[in-house]
Amino acid sequence: MSDDTCLALERLTLAYGDTVAVDALDLTVKRGELIALLGPSGCGKTTTMRAIAGLLEPRSGTIRLEGADITRRPANKREIGLVFQSYALFPHLSVFENVAFGLRLRREPRAAVEAKVAEGLRTVGLDHLAARKPAELSGGQQQRVALARSLVMEPKLLLLDEPLSNLDARLRLEMRAELQRVQKASGITMIFVTHDQGEALALADRIVVMRGGAIEQLATPEEIWNRPASGFVAEFVGFETVLGLRDGKLDTPAGLVPVSGDVPAGAAGLAWRPGAVTLGTGPFEGEVLGVSFAGESREYLLDSPLGRIKADAPASLAMHGIGAKVAFDLPAARAAVLPRLG
Amino acid sequence: MKRNLSTVLVLGLVLAFLIGPFLIIIAASLSAGNSLAFPPQGLSLKWVAKVFTVESFRESFATSMFLAIFGTLAALALGVPAAYALNRYRLPFSETVRTVVSAPIIVPGIIVGLALLRYLVIPAGVPVMLALFCAHTALVLPYAVRVVSASLGNLRSDIEEAAVLLGCTRSGAFFRVVLPNIRGGILAAFILGFVTSFNQVPVSLFLSGPGVRTLPIDMLGYMEINYDPSVAALSALLAFMSIGIVFLAERFLGFSRYV
Ligand SMILES: Nc1ncnc2c1ncn2[C@@H]1O[C@H](COP(=O)(O)OP(=O)(O)OP(=O)(O)O)[C@@H](O)[C@H]1O
Ligand SMILES: [Mg+2]
Repeated sequence: MSDDTCLALERLTLAYGDTVAVDALDLTVKRGELIALLGPSGCGKTTTMRAIAGLLEPRSGTIRLEGADITRRPANKREIGLVFQSYALFPHLSVFENVAFGLRLRREPRAAVEAKVAEGLRTVGLDHLAARKPAELSGGQQQRVALARSLVMEPKLLLLDEPLSNLDARLRLEMRAELQRVQKASGITMIFVTHDQGEALALADRIVVMRGGAIEQLATPEEIWNRPASGFVAEFVGFETVLGLRDGKLDTPAGLVPVSGDVPAGAAGLAWRPGAVTLGTGPFEGEVLGVSFAGESREYLLDSPLGRIKADAPASLAMHGIGAKVAFDLPAARAAVLPRLG
Repeated sequence: MKRNLSTVLVLGLVLAFLIGPFLIIIAASLSAGNSLAFPPQGLSLKWVAKVFTVESFRESFATSMFLAIFGTLAALALGVPAAYALNRYRLPFSETVRTVVSAPIIVPGIIVGLALLRYLVIPAGVPVMLALFCAHTALVLPYAVRVVSASLGNLRSDIEEAAVLLGCTRSGAFFRVVLPNIRGGILAAFILGFVTSFNQVPVSLFLSGPGVRTLPIDMLGYMEINYDPSVAALSALLAFMSIGIVFLAERFLGFSRYV
C-alpha cells in the first residue's frame, strides 16, 4: 500500500441478517481523490458508505484509513464525515451551532470555533444565515449547512450520500460546481453516492460502478464513457443498443447477423449510443415508433428485427414520420467494444 | 339560516354542560350561607378564606402535590427511556410492551387501588405513602410514554448518527440532540401527568392511612361530615390552578400540539 492511500476496503462483506448486501468488495481510494459511487437502486451504495463511516459493522473484511485498520473502531473516533441524503441537521440549533457542534465537542477554543465556523459558512455561501434555524432554510441551503458541518471538522475522508438528489435541476448544477470547487480547495478526499451518471461523469476523478453488491467497473470518467467494461455499464452510461457477438456475428432476436465492419478479437459484444447509429442507409430496416425533437437532433425509436433501436439524426434532415420504414446500420467502427456482455 | 340556528343551539348546550357545573361551583363557593347550595345565599369570600385554615386540607394538598410532582417525574424517568427504546429499536414483543404500558389506562383505577391495598399494604406492610407513590407513577406512565413517543416520532433518527459522526458517544447523542428536541413533549407529558395524578380519585380511594390522604379523598371525607361551601371553594381554586397551568403551557409550549 502506497503512502498516498486514503481508504482501502479489503474483501468487505456487509449483510443485514441473511441478506448479503455487499459481497467481498475491494476498493482503494487515493488521498485527495473525488470518487463517485454509481449504481442502480438497491445495489449497496448506502450500505457501503455506512460501513465505512462505522454505522454498520461488517460481516467480514477490513477497512483501512491512511494505513490503520479501523474495521472495529467506533464511528465517533474515525474522523470520517458523512453528509446524509436527508441532511440530518439538528433542528434545535441555529445554523451556526449546527456547524460548530463537532468543534465544540472537541473542546476547541472559542475563538478557533468561531473562526472555523465563519470560514465554513463562507465556503458554502451561507454566512448571512448563521442565526437561522434549519426549518427556516430551503432544501439547498440545508444541504450546504450539512456540508459545512462536515467540512469544518477537516475529516480524513468525507462521504456524501446522494448529496444533490433533493435539489431542483438548476440548484443541482450549481451545487455540483460548488462541491467540486470545495473539494479541490480543501483537498479533502471524498466519496459521493449518486445514481445520476451525468453527475458522476462531471464530478469524479474516478467512478465506481456498482451492481448487486459488487464493483462492476472502476475507472476514470473518460474510460467509462468510452470503454464500458460490460453491457451493464454501457447501458448505464447511455449506450442504448447493446448486442452480443457469437462466431463474429451479432447475436440478435432475429438470429445471427453479419457485422458491418471488423470486430476486434475477444469482444463479447458491441454497444452503440443513439448518435452512433447510421440512419437512412444500411442493411437493416425498422419502423419508427416515436420521434422527439432535441434541438440539434431528433431522437428516433425504431422497432426492428434486432429489437428496439434508439437512433439520433441531425434535425436539419427531413423527419421520418411515425410508422415510416427507415433503413439503418450499426457500424462496428462507431461501437464500444465490450469485453463482457452481462 | 335554520341550520345555523340549530348549530348554535347544540354548541350552546355542549358549552353549558362543560362549563355549567364549573360556574355553579364558583357561585356556590361565594355563598354567605352555611350550607352548600345553589343559588348561593348572599355573597362573601368567607368560605374561600376558610379553605386555607382547614389543617387537613393543607396536609392533603401537600401530599397530593408531592405525589403529582414526584410521581410524574418518576413516570418520566421510566417513560422517556421506554418511549425511546420502543421508537428506535425493533424489539421483540414491542407491541406487548406497548399494551402493558397502557394497562393502567384500561384497568379501572378502583381495582388497581384495591389490589395494592389487598396485596401490598395489608400483607406486606408497605407504607401507604409508598403504595400511593407507586400507584400514581404507574397511572401517569402511559401518558408519559404516549406523549413522549409522539414527539420522538416527529424526530428523525439520523440526527443521532450525525452527532456520533461528529464525535458524540451514543448516549452523548441522546442528551445533546434527542433530549433538547423532545423537551416540549416531555414538559407536556409532565403537565398532563401532574393534572391526572392530582385529580385522581379511584386508585387513591383505598390508599389512605393515618395522616396520609390525597386532597380529593380528603375533600370526600370532609363533605361527609361538613356540608358547607368550603369544598366548593376548594374545587373552584383547584380548577383555576389547572386552568392556569394549562394556559401557561399552551402559551409557552404550544401544549395542544402534543396532546
Ligand atoms: N436495514 C436494512 N435491513 C435489511 N436489508 C436492507 C437494509 N437496508 C438496506 N437493505 C438491503 O440492502 C441492499 C442495499 O441497500 P442500499 O440501501 O445500500 O442500496 P442503495 O444502493 O443505497 O440504493 P438507493 O440508490 O435506493 O439508495 C438492498 O437490497 C436493500 O434492500
Ligand atoms: Mg442509498
